[in-house]
Amino acid sequence: MGTTDLVVRFAGEAGVVTSAESLAATAALAGYHVQTYATFPSQILGGPVHTQVHISTSPTLSDGDEVDVLVAFSEDGFNRHKDALVPGGVIIYNSGEFDPPKETPSFGLPFDEIAKEVGNSRASNMVVLGAIAPLANFPVQALKDYVTKRFTRGRPGDEQIVEANSLALDRGAEAGRKSGFSLGELDPPIRPEYEQIMITGNAAIAVGAVHAGLDFYVGYPISPATTILVWMEQNLVGEDRFAYQVSSEIESINAIIGAGYSGRKSMTATAGPGIALMSEGLGFAWMAEIPCVVVDVQRGGPATGLPTKTEQSDLFACIHPAHGDAKMPVIAPGSVEECLYAGALAVNWAERYQGPVILMTEMQQAERSQNIPRPDLSKIKVESRRVYTGGSNGYQRYEADEVGPMPIPGGPGAYVANASEHDGIGDTTHLPIRHIRGTERRFNKLKLLNDSPFEIENPDATIAVMPWGGSKGAVREAYLKLRDEGVDIGWIYSMALHPLPQAVSEELSRKELVIVPELNYQGQWSSLLRADGHKAKSITQYTGLPFMVSDLVDWIKQAIEVQKGGKVLA
Amino acid sequence: MSARNPEYDFKWCPGCGDFGVRRALEWALLAHSEKTEQPMSDNVIVAGIGCSGNTVHLLEGEQPFGIHGIHGRTLPIAFGVKQGRPRSNTVVVAGDGDFLSIGAEHIGPAAQRNVDVTCVIMDNGVYGLTKGQASPTTLFGTTTSSTPFGKIEAAIKPFELYLAHGVSFIASHYSSRPRDLARLIEEAMEHKGFSIVHVQSPCTTYNDTYDLLKGNKKAGIAPLVFDVPKDHDPTDKDAAAALARRSGIPLGVIYREERPTLEDRQTEIRKKARSRTSEEMVETYAV
Repeated sequence: MGTTDLVVRFAGEAGVVTSAESLAATAALAGYHVQTYATFPSQILGGPVHTQVHISTSPTLSDGDEVDVLVAFSEDGFNRHKDALVPGGVIIYNSGEFDPPKETPSFGLPFDEIAKEVGNSRASNMVVLGAIAPLANFPVQALKDYVTKRFTRGRPGDEQIVEANSLALDRGAEAGRKSGFSLGELDPPIRPEYEQIMITGNAAIAVGAVHAGLDFYVGYPISPATTILVWMEQNLVGEDRFAYQVSSEIESINAIIGAGYSGRKSMTATAGPGIALMSEGLGFAWMAEIPCVVVDVQRGGPATGLPTKTEQSDLFACIHPAHGDAKMPVIAPGSVEECLYAGALAVNWAERYQGPVILMTEMQQAERSQNIPRPDLSKIKVESRRVYTGGSNGYQRYEADEVGPMPIPGGPGAYVANASEHDGIGDTTHLPIRHIRGTERRFNKLKLLNDSPFEIENPDATIAVMPWGGSKGAVREAYLKLRDEGVDIGWIYSMALHPLPQAVSEELSRKELVIVPELNYQGQWSSLLRADGHKAKSITQYTGLPFMVSDLVDWIKQAIEVQKGGKVLA
Repeated sequence: MSARNPEYDFKWCPGCGDFGVRRALEWALLAHSEKTEQPMSDNVIVAGIGCSGNTVHLLEGEQPFGIHGIHGRTLPIAFGVKQGRPRSNTVVVAGDGDFLSIGAEHIGPAAQRNVDVTCVIMDNGVYGLTKGQASPTTLFGTTTSSTPFGKIEAAIKPFELYLAHGVSFIASHYSSRPRDLARLIEEAMEHKGFSIVHVQSPCTTYNDTYDLLKGNKKAGIAPLVFDVPKDHDPTDKDAAAALARRSGIPLGVIYREERPTLEDRQTEIRKKARSRTSEEMVETYAV
């Protein structure tokens, strides 16, 4: 019996992203489950970067705490990451750059020199991947298959590139075998019976939204949301589709409101600073009841904060972005797979209740590449707003206590979409009864948003853990470990944070304690749960990094012990 | 929509220039709709926050669609309206505070894109709704509630600003000749690209400039307004710049330039781009 998981971290400056992507793609092609993690500073070139690939024989939930192989491209990378290595792990270092202390469990290779020797200076990544393969008995042939697939593009010179990269793999593999290190044998993959796609969280959101009919996108470059803008510029093209880079987030929000008013399914994506700039516009969309979707790819905050690190600290800002009485629907997917369904749900919700919807994700999930079951798009329903087709003008769009058909320019029912308090046709009013009815109408409509996915497990336990958003996977892994250890703890998860499904609210109210692991200082989600009368307490981390599963296991146990006043297991 | 709406309690002061601009806009909308054979419902009025923005509620006759949004953001909203539904005749109505102070950042992008939107700017040189503070077009030295010792900033020069940004149709007028103003607004609507009709629209309560604009012989005041000279060539940018720098308020078209609009360029790109279904998009990620 070999090992089921292999975690490889690449640290240094150049080359770490390509290496990780290639390894992940190879492993997925071979039939393993993979997920990647990347973190890098906000600069064009250089600076400390690291990427990580978690390969497993079963579906991956986390980035993997324990690094089996550290590939150090530079001395700085070595120094920053050597302590993450699991006992028995191996370090492969670029001996063309530096030499580590003698006692380190490591072997060196001159990555770039070997690449030059095989005739392609860009093949150094393959030298590295070749060296990793024999350590875990990972088939070199799988890597060669990947190289052939990737570089056979019908261009002159493809053959030479494939050949040089194959040679590079062989040279690396030879060094790996000679090193004498072994991590044991990685079990052969259990190839899933279902079809798969390999996609990042941000791309999954985009595909989901487009499937639901998204046809208008504008955005402003901002880490880590830029990849959605770039995706849209490349893909949301052709007849009746619009994607455009605008001049600021203030322009983004107001432009998607204008487009939503014009009958389009519109969206923008941003990060925390952009949410701050969109604050007033989101209130306008709420007030005038215009369908639109805002994606917040969270990074560390506040202000410019940590642009390329991960955090879950925008929840207060997303659920209450606007001044005055407003509370946004918030969907926060907890995996790459959920991102796709959340993208579609956000568009559907905006159309159904005719208002703004916020989709929260976060850096760690945005750039995470993962192989997931291929979605059956035919099973994802697509909703469109009810459009007013009545015969005459004078239609009172805002008169009813609930949402009604929406007039679209060019059709009947001309009205004013008004950011000021208004009467049925949208004219400004100051009458108390209008403000009362308008406010109640806007909150009442949220009841229509009652179909978001949720998970409840082991409901008999008096204590439950409830992660949200991108921390779901790591918390899930910790939860499963705790259950394996015999700890009696329940599981509650909801993809929507507002409004919460009725069943989730009821489950929460039955708990003696709800433990909320979240990546922020204030314990934002547990604060909101307590405001709703639930007994919730957070486990917080605010390092700019994702949770480690081993930490979560310890911290959740401690939280249970504090509650129970004793050890969780005899 | 609100002329007969008893709930709507907003009122312009007697003599407000905005009455004339509203009338001119109504005429221009009718004439433009007739000429283009488009229904009134194809017109979308995007109003700013300020006295002038209330125009959207006070139009008489058959109603266009309207948006009365947040302060300073008429252009981003109009951008979304127009790109979202290119058939719409999209018209911004805003004041000098909304358009040239809080919203000034949006003029450049709109002009550079040459988005096919028409702006009718009502310039009264003061913040009226908030009861009389200095605005970007308030003249240097003017005493207002927020400049008790006189305004110590130079007044903005709107026409020079518009020219510098590359606005492709720039016109100037005032509220006292609504028939002429209506024709000018109609011309701006017909113009393919980003057009601004900048209208002097006096505030009788806080900044009554009627005498200054029209002149008052008895008081010995020479009129600020003058007709754009017949020999002015609005397609000549140097001539337009000279006219923009001239003191006084020209009445007529200062600058006009024919160049592709954003909508034209989008149409070109659409011809080249291959539209994929979501199913085809998923396929590109297949393992």
